Amino acid sequence: MTIQANLSSEPVLSTRNPSAVLEWLARQAEPVVISLGAILAGLALFSIFIVLVGKSPIDLFKLMYTGGFGSWFSIQNSLSRAAPLLLTGLCVALPARLGLVIIGGEGAVVLGGVAAAAAALPLIGVLPPAIVLVIMAVAGMIMGGIWIGLAGLLRHYRGVNETISSLLLAYIAIALMNHVIEGVLRDPASLNKPSTTPLPADYMLGNIPGMDVNWGLAIGVVACIVSWIIIETTSVGFAARIAGGNVRAAQIQGLPVGQLIVGFTALAGTFAGLAGMVEVAAVQGSANASLAAGYGYTGILVAFLARHNPLAIIPVAILLGGIDASGGLIQRRLGLPDATVLVLQGTLFIVILFCETLYGRFKMFNPDLWKRSA
Amino acid sequence: MEDGIGIWGVPLAILAGAIRVSTPFIFVSLGEAITERSGRINLGLEGTLVFGAMTAYAVAVMSGSPYIGVLAAMATGAIFGLVHGFICKFPKVNDIAIGIAMMQFGLGLAFFLGKPFIQPVAPRLPSISLGGWSDLPQVQSALTINVLFIVGGLLALALWWAFRNTRIGLILRVVGDSSDAARAMGLNPDTVRLLATAAGGALAAIGGAYLSLYYPGSWNEGISSGQGLMAVALVIFARWNPIGCFLAALLFGGAGALGPALQSVGVTQGYYLFYAAPYVLTLAILIATSSPTRALVGAPGALSITK
Amino acid sequence: MTPMTRRSFLQTTVAGTAALGLSNSLFYRSASAQTALTVGFIYVGPKDDYGYNQAHAEGAAVIKALPGVTIIEEENVPETVDVQKTMESMINLDGAGLIFPTSFGYFDPHMLAMAEKYPDVQFRHCGGLWQEGKNPANTGSYFGYIGQGQYLNGINAGYATKSKKIGFVAAKPIPQVLQNINSFLLGARSVDPTITCQVIFTGEWSLAVKEAEATNALIDQGADVITCHVDSPKVVVETAAGRGAFICGYHANQSPLAPEKYLTGAEWAWGNVYTDFIKKAQAGEPLGNFVRGGLKDGFVKMSPLGPGVSEEARKKFDATLAEIKTGTFSVFKGPLKDNKGADVVTAGQAFAEDAIELESMAYLVEGVVGSTS
Repeated sequence: MTIQANLSSEPVLSTRNPSAVLEWLARQAEPVVISLGAILAGLALFSIFIVLVGKSPIDLFKLMYTGGFGSWFSIQNSLSRAAPLLLTGLCVALPARLGLVIIGGEGAVVLGGVAAAAAALPLIGVLPPAIVLVIMAVAGMIMGGIWIGLAGLLRHYRGVNETISSLLLAYIAIALMNHVIEGVLRDPASLNKPSTTPLPADYMLGNIPGMDVNWGLAIGVVACIVSWIIIETTSVGFAARIAGGNVRAAQIQGLPVGQLIVGFTALAGTFAGLAGMVEVAAVQGSANASLAAGYGYTGILVAFLARHNPLAIIPVAILLGGIDASGGLIQRRLGLPDATVLVLQGTLFIVILFCETLYGRFKMFNPDLWKRSA
Repeated sequence: MEDGIGIWGVPLAILAGAIRVSTPFIFVSLGEAITERSGRINLGLEGTLVFGAMTAYAVAVMSGSPYIGVLAAMATGAIFGLVHGFICKFPKVNDIAIGIAMMQFGLGLAFFLGKPFIQPVAPRLPSISLGGWSDLPQVQSALTINVLFIVGGLLALALWWAFRNTRIGLILRVVGDSSDAARAMGLNPDTVRLLATAAGGALAAIGGAYLSLYYPGSWNEGISSGQGLMAVALVIFARWNPIGCFLAALLFGGAGALGPALQSVGVTQGYYLFYAAPYVLTLAILIATSSPTRALVGAPGALSITK
Repeated sequence: MTPMTRRSFLQTTVAGTAALGLSNSLFYRSASAQTALTVGFIYVGPKDDYGYNQAHAEGAAVIKALPGVTIIEEENVPETVDVQKTMESMINLDGAGLIFPTSFGYFDPHMLAMAEKYPDVQFRHCGGLWQEGKNPANTGSYFGYIGQGQYLNGINAGYATKSKKIGFVAAKPIPQVLQNINSFLLGARSVDPTITCQVIFTGEWSLAVKEAEATNALIDQGADVITCHVDSPKVVVETAAGRGAFICGYHANQSPLAPEKYLTGAEWAWGNVYTDFIKKAQAGEPLGNFVRGGLKDGFVKMSPLGPGVSEEARKKFDATLAEIKTGTFSVFKGPLKDNKGADVVTAGQAFAEDAIELESMAYLVEGVVGSTS
């Protein structure tokens, strides 16, 4: 593509000489060191809060470790909770690369789940499970893609703010889901929890072999890697990065900004829709009101903490999953309310996002400054 | 059925609902309008609203006075705003992201500290009865109006006037349109935005106090169904105009009353879709009134969300 | 990081719990092996909601006082993979031997999946329909016939209403809710067959502003006695009392919220039910897989009658309650039509409170204004 010829693009990694490796390492170390420092600072602030309410932070952190990562069971617990957040985090991170703030991923999750469940209904017993699951995934992805793509479409062709439209669309999606699962799609046998007809056991998306974590985790990790490749290595991703930096410059360059906006929002919705399909096929077995569990909203936090980097979404989602997994133990052992983990998450996020301001301020991470001072 | 008012209940319910339900939207959107006029966006007002609801209720329980509760809520709301404003003045910090984090923090802290106040009953804010001219109890009830609603209406007018005619309004506008221009005029944009965010937080907390101390008048973790988040959206819908915010809040509140009212007169099928009416209506009006070619009228130039 | 073996993990956990002053009985598994028992309670909402979750938490508090019982509780647990992991965490980390997941949506697939994975742990679920042969033997369900309480609510409403119109704020059109709505109206119609009941569905189990709006809409249409079936009746009770309507409570006793306007209420008495389960578990007896009971069994109780209840109403209430306690009373007896005109109970047919047909009710009876979808 001609854009790359026009603009100089740095090679990601050059191994020609050892100092280049060192420089590369220094650049890569910056986000890791700053993020870890921010997490420590956030934990310190949270400790003060815990002392103020009369509990021991040491006990609390021990329990959090036990509950989140202290055993193979706890690790699997954290990973299970992280799985949907990988996909809903992408739903926010991808449009953010274009400068768009999508906060309505929840809508794509619930409608993706409904579409997947509805697509499976006529096929159970007709087609083999593997094919039905693929069709379910495609149905969920198309539905999610349409829903978030609509926000992109309205943004580009009608000038409607995508943050508001995606939020409104999420509320509308939840209403639609409730309408159909208590109406046309309701399984009459789903007595006190209106649901679609459940998938037979052999049609369920099972667990990853050797783990008590469903395939959603693997799907999410692959989706993050694929997204990273799209953004970092393809011409489309490159164009998106330019458009995200400056829309007018991108338009002057002749980039198809409209197609990029609609394409990226639709792709984002595709991932959220897939999260809904996984929720139906691997966890619930049917579409019901529990699809609106807030994964779409937590995805916003995941994406912002990961600085909209698809690969960084993986550790961030696992960290959040771990905090979430430890919440129960904190309630049971320390008698602290369930909101404790919300306070911790809020504190951590504020500090981590605050520390964005530190980027570029440390000489050791900036090889350009080494040369200048040398 | 002699006491029912039949189909007339629907428009009456929409009117009554608009008055009852809209007040939190009015205060949050007016607060956010001030903040956004200064060129910042605070997406975290949902957290401020819920924290304000908890504070107002808790302080009203402890002091026995709902007014002290409202004042305490305003103070905490201002603190939330100050924290947001302070953090966002540092370079590279994203105000939208901080808002989302503050929302999480505010919700968590409100739920954490609010546990002991779910059970006690707090004194309620009083209301004024304007329906004495009617013999119908339904009309009398619909026109039983809380003081905060009236304050909200007057505040919208006052802000509308102040944005145009006062020095503070001018300062807000200049800072909101361009940091550089503001500095050239000798203004410190960070200080102006800090104060504007604090004012926005204080107003949002009043919206929360209305929820917990008047309607529905109870503190629990489900007290808000996203009013703070929707109200932020209504500001853009209202084009940063305080009177527009007031009207948008009324429209949203009235549309929200449609679902229960229709069921009460026997239109019972598809109630989920009626419940989605406020969202569909807002989206439809947004689509109809937006334009891809011209910038949003009234949009502050420095606002990140409109770039 | 060194991989943690199961033993070192156990040691850390035991050390951690000992430091926190908990009992050393956390690794109890089988009822017959030891008398000590760790019991897990899982709530879908906050446990002090003046309603559904509070009723269960009060039951849990009753058994907390029993010797040899350790209670572990978690609130606000969603009906997703979260609840599966909460159950597993209670078993693996706290050694729970008996778990009560108290929300309907926890049953299928969540509790059933965990029960198959942990056959040594007992699971008893509130509200589910346990089926022999289909569901694991270490699971079971319990529920109370609270519809009869709503029938008694209806009798008081029938005497208190002047407009002959009563109102019901409901969450979702599911069998447990529909049965309550129908019972409430049938109770009122046993006093005056011209009474109608308007129902408004809010669509969610807990949605404060919409519940308040629904209550106002009912009263605007002339309803002067209100009851509800939502998770937390607090908002409905306070709003209705503020408008001057009478109230019948649900889930827990809400009379402190509106002492003058509160007629009576249908309350859960889970303390009795849980005590019975614990005693059986400690004695090594089977817990039972399908446990049901009503007013006569102490699963359900009525709030004390309020000052708005007339002498006439009190007499009929007491007489009906006595009849219910003999076990011969049927709320649903033919001929009964639904509100679309179809026969749902034929003449001569009567469903006792334990009739399984009532647990899948999908209609609203004649006289209820509202729709099931």
